[in-house]
Amino acid sequence: MSEPVIKCQSVYKIFGANAERMLKEANGNVDAKTFQENGCIVGVNNASFEVSKGEMLVVMGLSGSGKSTLLRCISRLTDATGGKIFIEGQDLLNLNNKELIDLRRNKMGMVFQSFALLPHKTVLENIAFPLQIKGIKTEDSINKAMDMVKLVGLDGRENYFPRELSGGQQQRVGIARSLAVEPDIWFLDEPFSALDPLIRKEMQDEFLRLQEKLQKTIMFITHDFDEALKLADRIAIMKDGIIEQLDTPANIVLKPATEYVRKFTEEVPREKVLLIQDVMDEKTSSDIGDLKVSKDEIIENVAEKILTQEKTVAVTDSNNNVVGSINPAKIINTVFGGRKNNN
Amino acid sequence: MEILKKYPKLFQWLFLLVVFFALCFAIDVPETYKFIRGQAEFIKDPNQSAFVFLGKEVRYYAFDVFWRLPPLLGWLPIWINDSLFFLMNDWMPMEFWNEDTQEYKTRPLVLQITRNLTAFMTFLIELIREILLGGLETIVAFTSWDWIDANPWAELPGLPWTIVAAGSAILAYKLGGKGLAIYALLSMTYISIFGQWKPSMQTLSFILVAAPLSFIFGLGLGVAAFKSKRVEKALYPILLVMQTMPQYAVLVPALVLFGVGDHAAVIITMIVAVPPMILLTLLGLRAVPPEVIEAGRMSGCNNWQLMSKVLIPTARRDILIGVNQVIMVCFSMAVISAFIGAKGLGFNLLLALNQLNIGLALEAGLCISLIAILLDKMSLAWANKQVDYFGNLNFFQRNKNSLFFGVVVIAGILLAYFGSIYFKDGYNYLFEVPHNKGISTAGFWNKGVDWIFDTFFVYIKAFNTWLIVDVLQPMRALYLRMPAIATLVLVVGAGYLIGGIRSALVVCGLTLFIALSPWWDRALVTTYMATFGVLVSCAIGFTVGTLCFQNKHSRNFMLNVCDIFQTFPSFVYLIPVMMLFGITDTSVLIAVIVYATIPATRYTIEGLRSVPAGLHDAATMSGVTKFQRLFKIEFPLAFPHMMLGLNQTIVFALFMVIIGAFIGTEDLGQYILKALSDKNGAGIGLTLGICVAFIGLIFDNLIRTWVDKRKKHLGID
Repeated sequence: MSEPVIKCQSVYKIFGANAERMLKEANGNVDAKTFQENGCIVGVNNASFEVSKGEMLVVMGLSGSGKSTLLRCISRLTDATGGKIFIEGQDLLNLNNKELIDLRRNKMGMVFQSFALLPHKTVLENIAFPLQIKGIKTEDSINKAMDMVKLVGLDGRENYFPRELSGGQQQRVGIARSLAVEPDIWFLDEPFSALDPLIRKEMQDEFLRLQEKLQKTIMFITHDFDEALKLADRIAIMKDGIIEQLDTPANIVLKPATEYVRKFTEEVPREKVLLIQDVMDEKTSSDIGDLKVSKDEIIENVAEKILTQEKTVAVTDSNNNVVGSINPAKIINTVFGGRKNNN
Repeated sequence: MEILKKYPKLFQWLFLLVVFFALCFAIDVPETYKFIRGQAEFIKDPNQSAFVFLGKEVRYYAFDVFWRLPPLLGWLPIWINDSLFFLMNDWMPMEFWNEDTQEYKTRPLVLQITRNLTAFMTFLIELIREILLGGLETIVAFTSWDWIDANPWAELPGLPWTIVAAGSAILAYKLGGKGLAIYALLSMTYISIFGQWKPSMQTLSFILVAAPLSFIFGLGLGVAAFKSKRVEKALYPILLVMQTMPQYAVLVPALVLFGVGDHAAVIITMIVAVPPMILLTLLGLRAVPPEVIEAGRMSGCNNWQLMSKVLIPTARRDILIGVNQVIMVCFSMAVISAFIGAKGLGFNLLLALNQLNIGLALEAGLCISLIAILLDKMSLAWANKQVDYFGNLNFFQRNKNSLFFGVVVIAGILLAYFGSIYFKDGYNYLFEVPHNKGISTAGFWNKGVDWIFDTFFVYIKAFNTWLIVDVLQPMRALYLRMPAIATLVLVVGAGYLIGGIRSALVVCGLTLFIALSPWWDRALVTTYMATFGVLVSCAIGFTVGTLCFQNKHSRNFMLNVCDIFQTFPSFVYLIPVMMLFGITDTSVLIAVIVYATIPATRYTIEGLRSVPAGLHDAATMSGVTKFQRLFKIEFPLAFPHMMLGLNQTIVFALFMVIIGAFIGTEDLGQYILKALSDKNGAGIGLTLGICVAFIGLIFDNLIRTWVDKRKKHLGID
C-alpha cells in the first residue's frame, strides 16, 4: 500500500497560556475538565488517522467539537500543540516558513464556510489570486482562472464582484480558487453550511461530479450527518476534540462505536445509505432464487424487488459472480430493526 | 419609595446632583477671587503665594482649596520648556560634517536631526512647488549656487496653469470619470482666473508632501500596531490624547524643534494627521474576517503578500476613511500652520481675516475648499479603481490619457508662448495669472458685508447684546461659580455611575490634571463655550437629522452636504460668521455651532439608519403611528450611535472654540495663541493643548463607556 497522503499521530491542540507545559505533564492522558479548570481549552484531543490518496475523509461533529481546529492543524493555520502530522511523508510541524508556503502554493487548496473571497477583486481575480501569489504571469494566471470559471459553471460572471453573487455562486468561486493551483490535497471547511438546502444539495452533487473527475485527497468538514453520509469514503465523528469513531458510512450506521455516534445514526434512513454488500451474507445458501442483485446497489433501489421474493436473493459482484446472498427478512430487519431497540 | 426601587439609577443621579449643588452653595466665593484677565497672571503681585518644585518657581493666587486647587502642576510647562531647550541646545553634542563650510562642526544631536529633517522636507516641498511654479532651489540642491550662476538657463520654468488645469482634469477623468474631470477643470480654472494661482500651488505643494507622508506613516504604524501588541499598547495613549488635542496646540513645541516655515508645517501636519490614520488602519485590519486571512495563507501568501494583497485591500473601506481624514487635517493645517510661516492660501486667508477683508478671505477660503474636495474625491476614486483584463486595446487606446496629456503639454506651452507675444504689458495671463491681478469678487463681498451691516446693524446688534448679556454671561458666571471640589465630585460621581470604579479613576485623573494646572478658570471658560455650542448643535443636528431621515432623498442629500462641509478647513468657518457678527464671542459660538452640527446631524441619520429593517416592519405591524415608532423604537435603538455623534460634536466644538481665540476669546485658546509668539511658549502651549485634550477625553470616556454598556444591553453589534 502506498504511503498515506495525510497522516496524523496523536495530534493535540490546546488553547491557553500554559498549554504546552500542561500537555507534557498530562503525559498523553488529557482530560478536558482538568484542563479547563487551569484555563486551557482542549480543541483536538489525541487525533490519529490516515488519509490515503484519492480518499475523501469527512470529519463530522457539532459546533465546538474541534473539527475545524483539527483541519487548521493539518493545514497548519494553527500550530498543533503536540503530536506529529505528515503530509506525503513530510513532517508538517518541522517545515520552516518558506517550505510551508511552498507546500501551500503547490499542494493544498482550501474552501471556507463563509467563502472568504477578497471583496476588492472580481471573480476572475479572486480565482487567479493564488496563481499570482505564486508568481505566475498575469496573462497565464488569468487564462487558467478562466478555465476554472468554466469548470465551476460561472462563465459570463467572471467580471462580477463577490458582493454581486449569490451564496452558492460565491462558494463556486471559493471552490474554483482552491482548485486553481491544482492541489493534491483539498480541504473543505463546512463549504455548504451557509447555503440554502436546495442550493446545498445542488452543490453537493456538483462537488461529487468534480471529485469524480479530479480524484483529489480530501478532508471535508461538516456538521451535517446526512451530508457526511452522502459524500464520504470514510467518516470521522468528533466530540469534544476526540474522534469518537472513524469508519466507513456503512459501519458507522450499522455498528456505532459509542452512544454519541448511535444517536446520530438513529434517524438515518438506512436503506438510503447502506449497500447490499453491507448487509448480505457472505456464504451462499442452497435455497437461492432466480433474482440477482449487484452488491453495489443501494438497498432502497432494490428493496422492493427483494421483498417480493420468497426465496433468498443472490448477490453478485461486477463480474456477475455470486459473492453472497440476502433474504427479504434481512432487508426488513435492516430498515426497521435498528429503531425498535431504541424506543 | 416605589419609584426609588424602580429606578435606582435615577435616584443615584439625583443624589449626585444634590451633593454637587450642596457643595456649590456651601463653598463661598472667596473675597479676593476675581476672574483674572490674561496679562495679570504673569505680573508679580505681593498677594501671590509661591512654591518651588524641581527648581522652578511657581507663583499663584492662593484660595481655599475647596474653591480652587493650587496650581501644583505649574512647574510642568516651565520644565517641559527647559527640557526642550536642553535637548535642542546642549544634549549630546557631536561632530558633524558641514557641506557648505567643508569642516566639522559641533552640534547637539537633536538639533542636527531636526535640521536634517527640515532640510529634507524643504527639499520635497520645493521640488513640487518648483515644478508647479518654477524656481531654482531644486537644481541648486543637486548642484551649487555657483553652477546656477554659470548656467542661468537651468532654472525650472514652472508649468503654465493651462497645463496643470488640463492635466488634473485628465487625471480626474482617468480616476473618476467625466463628472470629476469637469469639476477639476472648473475649480482649477476658477483658481487661476481669480488670481489665486500662486498661493494655491504653494498650498498644493505643501499638501502633496504632507498627505502622502502622513498616509504612509499612518499606514505603517497602523500595520505595526496590528502585528505587535506591544507597539499598540505604546501607541494607544498617545493616539487617544492626539485625537482630542487641538491642532493649534501642537504648533508651539514644533516651532521650537523645527523652526518657522513650510517644513515645520509639514511635520506638524504629520503629527496631527497620523494618529487618526493609525486608528482607522488598525480598526480596518481588525475587522478583516479571520477566514479571509486564512484563505490568503492557504493561497500561499508570505507575510508581505498577506498584508499588501489581502489585509490592506480588504480593510480598504476604513483605510479610505483614514485617507479622507488625512486630507481634511492637511487642509485644516494648511491654514493653521500659516501662524508659523507656511506660505500659501492659508497665509492669505489669515492676513485677510486680520485686515477684516472678508471678501478676500472668502476667496482664499473657497480656493482651499475647492482643492480639498478635489483631492478628497480623487483619492476616493483612485482607491476604487478597477483593472480590466479583457480589454483588447491597441497602443493608442491603452495610452490615450498619457498621449492626451502630451498634447496638452505642447498646447499649453504654445499657448504660453503666444501669450507672451500677445500680452505685452508684462503679465502673461496664459502662463500664470499673477496674484491680485485676476478677477476679484472681494469688493463685491465686502460691499455685501457693509450692506448687511448697514441694513441689519440694529437687529444684529440687538441679537448680539441679548445673547451675550442674557445668555452667555450668566452661563459663564455659573460655570466660574463652580468650586473645584464640587466639579470634581460631579465628574467623578458621573464616572462611577456610568462606568464603575475604573471609569471614575480615569476621569478623576484627567480632571485633577486640569485642576492642578494654572489654567482651571480658563478651562472652565472653554468648557462653557463648548457646552453652549454642543447643546445648540445637538438640538439642531438631532432635529435636522431626524427630519431628513424621513425621506430617502433628503437623507442622502444631507449626508452629502455633511461630507462637503466636513472637507472645509475649520478656519474657513470663521469667515462668514465674522462677516455677519464681527469680532465677538457670538461669532465664535456660531462658528462652533455650525462646525459641530455636522457630526451631530450625520450620526443621527446614520444611527437611525442602523435600526434593523425587521424592527421597522414589526413596529408597523403592531400598528404604531409614525411618532410612536420614532420615539419607542427608533430613538432608543439609535441612541448609542447618536451618542457617538455627541462625542464627535464635543471634539469638533472644542477645536473650534480653541481656534476662536483668533477672533478673541478668554479661554485656553487665547493662551495657546499667546504662547505662539512667546519664546518660552513651547511648554505652555503643550500643557494647554493637553488640558484641552483632557477636557475632550473626560467626555469621551464617559460617553464611550455608556455607549458600550448600552449596546451590550440592547445586544447591538
